[in-house]
Amino acid sequence: MTAEVAVLGAGMHPWGKWGRSFVAYGSAAARAALADAGLEWRQVDSVVGADTVRGGYPGYVAGATFAKALGWQGARVASVYAACASGAQAVNTARTQILAGLAEVVLVVGADAAPKGFFRPAGGDRPDDPDWLRFRVLGATNPTYFGLYARRRMAVHGDTPEDFAQVKVKNAAQGALNPYARYRNRVTAEEVAASAIVADPLRLLDICATSDGGAALVLCSMEFARRHGVGDPVRIRAVSTVTPRYPNTVLDLPDIATDSAATVEPAGETFRASIARAAYEEAAIGPEDLSLAEVYDLSTALELQWYEDLGLCGEGEAVKLLREGATALGGRIPVNASGGLASFGEAVPAQAIAQVCELTWQLRGDAGARQVAGAQVGITANQGLFGHGSAVIAAR
Amino acid sequence: MSRTHTPVVEQWFTGDGDGFTLLGTRCAACASVFFPREDSHCRNPGCPGGDLEEVPLSRRGRVWSYTDSRYRPPSPYVTDPELPWQPYALIAVELLNERMVVLGQAVPGVTVADLAVGMEVEVVRGVLHEDAERVWTTWQWRPTGETV
Ligand SMILES: [Zn+2]
Repeated sequence: MTAEVAVLGAGMHPWGKWGRSFVAYGSAAARAALADAGLEWRQVDSVVGADTVRGGYPGYVAGATFAKALGWQGARVASVYAACASGAQAVNTARTQILAGLAEVVLVVGADAAPKGFFRPAGGDRPDDPDWLRFRVLGATNPTYFGLYARRRMAVHGDTPEDFAQVKVKNAAQGALNPYARYRNRVTAEEVAASAIVADPLRLLDICATSDGGAALVLCSMEFARRHGVGDPVRIRAVSTVTPRYPNTVLDLPDIATDSAATVEPAGETFRASIARAAYEEAAIGPEDLSLAEVYDLSTALELQWYEDLGLCGEGEAVKLLREGATALGGRIPVNASGGLASFGEAVPAQAIAQVCELTWQLRGDAGARQVAGAQVGITANQGLFGHGSAVIAAR
Repeated sequence: MSRTHTPVVEQWFTGDGDGFTLLGTRCAACASVFFPREDSHCRNPGCPGGDLEEVPLSRRGRVWSYTDSRYRPPSPYVTDPELPWQPYALIAVELLNERMVVLGQAVPGVTVADLAVGMEVEVVRGVLHEDAERVWTTWQWRPTGETV
């Protein structure tokens, strides 16, 4: 088991389409996290930014961009990028600095201002970039990959579009209780079924939107938290940042093909399952110890896949778990109590940080109407493009 | 004036008619196959690395999954904005010998209603788009009509 770091503060800028720069959202989230921690910005030893590829040069050096916006004060700086997993990488960079004794208090910030419509690759002709190739050769947008996974579940496990719709109904009801969520209306199964098909079998309301948003955390050493008068902080017990193992047999974004398993036998677990296992091992807990989970529901069907990959149920049993109400608020293991991406829309570098914000509020008992009663341990999970695993376990 | 047929990516496929195949590479040391082709170094972490030789992939496989694109994809996918958008199906195909899944477009006219997981399909040469000088060619999957 790895040593722990404390979460002293969490802050967010509401998700939406606000028409401002990512710097404004990140700075607002950072100020909120610092206020929540009861710290001055000048008490921060180090700032770690999760990059955005949509903000020009300032987005590639997000840590310095936020440090300048908050007012240069000399802090150590780092900027990290790992697509959807950028936030978890930022948390891990901060944790590593604290555990190595390089910094006592680290500010982690991620923010994005998303374009309208599909995410698209960077410009120019780049035939050696798989992300460019899948658009050029196949027109394969992100939702088409989600459609492939959903259809596969239908064929292998017997899931139905009606099952997928129930994930949206659940998450919309939970998001309606979250003031930071972009979509705060309840949604019915009939409304999901009446929305347009985007990538068969998935409809518009099965697929997450792209949003503006910002999230921030103040992490510190357990010793600093005690000195600061917080004897029982939320603690980060594990951060999983694993990569796949060859041969990777799941067709992952943005690939056109899987690895061949003809000569090397694949591992017994998928990449996504290995992300969770690494986190459980580091925290020395298992799925039975969890009070809640925040997972990356890029689509409704993907949320069901995460139930199985996190070990919340056996393979093929996700729909049963959902239909029993186990993953709704009040159930045995609420998933996406925040409302998830279904209610937020994806603000890429902020999203994995926002997941940890939600765990923090839930574990402190500060989650208001969406509070998971008696929350003790939570996990976040996501997967970034190009082989980035991401999971964080926090406990109280 | 006849326009040149140009592959959308060089050296990913070859031939025509029944002779059309996707092209991968195979490591001479460990026999691992790669598509898209790997020409610099074998990616098997347990292999010291061997020469990478070009090999044709199996022409037939089974549908692993499928979907479609109901909205116009963004650039660099090339479409004519003057024309109404025509959705096309995408098929992920499991090649049994290579034990790998390869994504591709379905041949024109095949929709998701015509497909099922497990169905046999074969690879054929298709046209991705055309411009004044060139016909851009690609690979497409076509159901064989044979039950597996
Ligand atoms: Zn090899």
